[in-house]
Amino acid sequence: MIRLTRTPTCAHRPKAALPTLLAAVAAAWLPLAGPVLAQEAPAAGAVAEAAPSADAVAGDEDSGPLRIEITGGQVEAMPIAVAPFFDEGGAAEMARQVQQVMTADLTGTDLFRTIPPEAHVARPQGFDEPVAYADWRAVNAEALVTGAVAVADGRVTVKFRLFDIFSGQPLGDGIQFDVEETSWRRAAHKAADQVYARITGETPYFDSRVAFVAESGPKDARLKRIGIMDYDGANPIWLTDDSALVLAPRFSPDGQQLLFTSFARGAPQVMLMDITTLDTRALKQEAGTMSFAPRFSPDGRWIVYSREKSGNTDIWQMDVATGAERPLTSTPGIETSPGYSPDGTQVVFESDQSGSPQIYVMPADGSGEPTRISFGPGRYGTPVWSPTGDLIAFTNQQDDRFHIGVMRPDGGDEKMLTESFLDEGPTWAPNGRVVMFTRQTPGGDGTPRLHSVDVTGRNMRPVDVQGAASDPDWGPLLP
Amino acid sequence: MVRFRISGAAALLGLLGACAQPAPAPLVVDPYAGRPSAGYTGNLAGLGATAEDFRTTAGDTVLFSQDQATLGAEARATLVRQAEWLKRNGSFSSVVEGHSDEQGTREYNLALGARRAGAVQEYLIAQGVEAGRITTRSMGKERPLEVCSTPECYDKNRRAVTIVQPGAGV
Repeated sequence: MIRLTRTPTCAHRPKAALPTLLAAVAAAWLPLAGPVLAQEAPAAGAVAEAAPSADAVAGDEDSGPLRIEITGGQVEAMPIAVAPFFDEGGAAEMARQVQQVMTADLTGTDLFRTIPPEAHVARPQGFDEPVAYADWRAVNAEALVTGAVAVADGRVTVKFRLFDIFSGQPLGDGIQFDVEETSWRRAAHKAADQVYARITGETPYFDSRVAFVAESGPKDARLKRIGIMDYDGANPIWLTDDSALVLAPRFSPDGQQLLFTSFARGAPQVMLMDITTLDTRALKQEAGTMSFAPRFSPDGRWIVYSREKSGNTDIWQMDVATGAERPLTSTPGIETSPGYSPDGTQVVFESDQSGSPQIYVMPADGSGEPTRISFGPGRYGTPVWSPTGDLIAFTNQQDDRFHIGVMRPDGGDEKMLTESFLDEGPTWAPNGRVVMFTRQTPGGDGTPRLHSVDVTGRNMRPVDVQGAASDPDWGPLLP
Repeated sequence: MVRFRISGAAALLGLLGACAQPAPAPLVVDPYAGRPSAGYTGNLAGLGATAEDFRTTAGDTVLFSQDQATLGAEARATLVRQAEWLKRNGSFSSVVEGHSDEQGTREYNLALGARRAGAVQEYLIAQGVEAGRITTRSMGKERPLEVCSTPECYDKNRRAVTIVQPGAGV
């Protein structure tokens, strides 16, 4: 069960002078360890008092009365009531917005549906008022979220509580988040993450960000730039301009750096960017070769990537600090889209050495032969290991239809989650329960857009990004 | 055929004199349309005329079958002409740009474009062009020639384009 750890009170962002507006914007979300102060509500406060049995209720994952199993047979969304969030000072509009973001997070999973406010019988007058369980049972709510928001001195305080209506008890502690006003959405995501985690037993993912490529211009002269946005598409910021073609940003495990592929020097080349400073360097590359499709190892020390020489593409591994590199594959086939298992011991990639692109797994230290794991119909590509290790997501092409699918690392239990004219490039939510990918429509006006789908394949929806976007990479859960 | 072993501006004059045609509007292959600078600034007129000559007399594009980097008879004939042109114009270097259609993933298509460019490079070298005069790059599916999503368009997009530029050869 999720518990928030007390983070040190480091309320002030470093005031380093940043050279460009871009950097300043980038920095606005960067003090990942800084602005969100998650803390249990003060012991003297009513929040904590209202949750005396929290551990007893929330601590036992299997016997908890309120539970959604995401991978189970759940088909009906849990009815949940979100009482109007109280304004506890200067927060009239902010209270509404926080509640809206939190509600959108929860209903966006398709695991919850909210009971419309006009149907509510209970009309609590304050955050500390005792819960009228009978009134919430009367409207068939299974869970209740209450919240309050205050804004003062450029800071926002969000507190919430979660109640199990049928058992008539709080579900976990009430929690309060203090954030800088500009980070108010993070507080809403953090609160929604708590609700999600307590009810599903999964680790949370709403307070996370996605790197992506924003696209503009005609299809034969597309302009691309790399951005980062909240997981739900809000707050996009730009890390590159569109003067050179850029592809496929990939977060470092700590979310502080990005690998990407740039055509700035003509041929594709892997670049490494520090997201805070925007300092960017090209990784070592032999003249006359191309490098692309990079990904970090889970410990951040290595990258695996595709290296092309004389028309042939193999998988290579590089020590990021020293530039020392070695090949992991050496075949006349195309080997690309490599990525690590979450424990760092294996590398999954695609190869066409069998005659068509298929997915293979091999030891990350190069000590053994690759094992093919894809045997279904069609071509397979862009395998990505889930953060929880249990699944590999991939792109599958059958005739002229594309799918995003998942399979176990041994190739078993293959399941296609999507189908369209062109779906590709899955990336995992930090908890391994949702996949985001690019869907492109056909024709001259064809436009790529980001979509997400959960591992059951039942909940697919577009990500609310302004304009065309591709190549998503879902970063870590923020601290 | 006029034989050039002179720099771009003089080459343009030579071409005009020999052919007595009105000057064609400079037509520049810009593989990065939309970039503020394609890297060719300063010598556009000469390059345009010469690149045009290369395209007209040799043909700059060869096509490939789906998922293939094999050179068919038509492609080989084009590459023989390209090699002859490059051997005649020894001060020119070339970049072979490999492309794919939009079927397939972005990363696989980058590798496939590189395989196609590599096949062209290898063939040109076998025809006697010095290896140091040919570089390759792949654009994958990022720069289609035709934007529609039909087999006819895909046929034209699975291509390798040879771009010649003066002054950077052996």
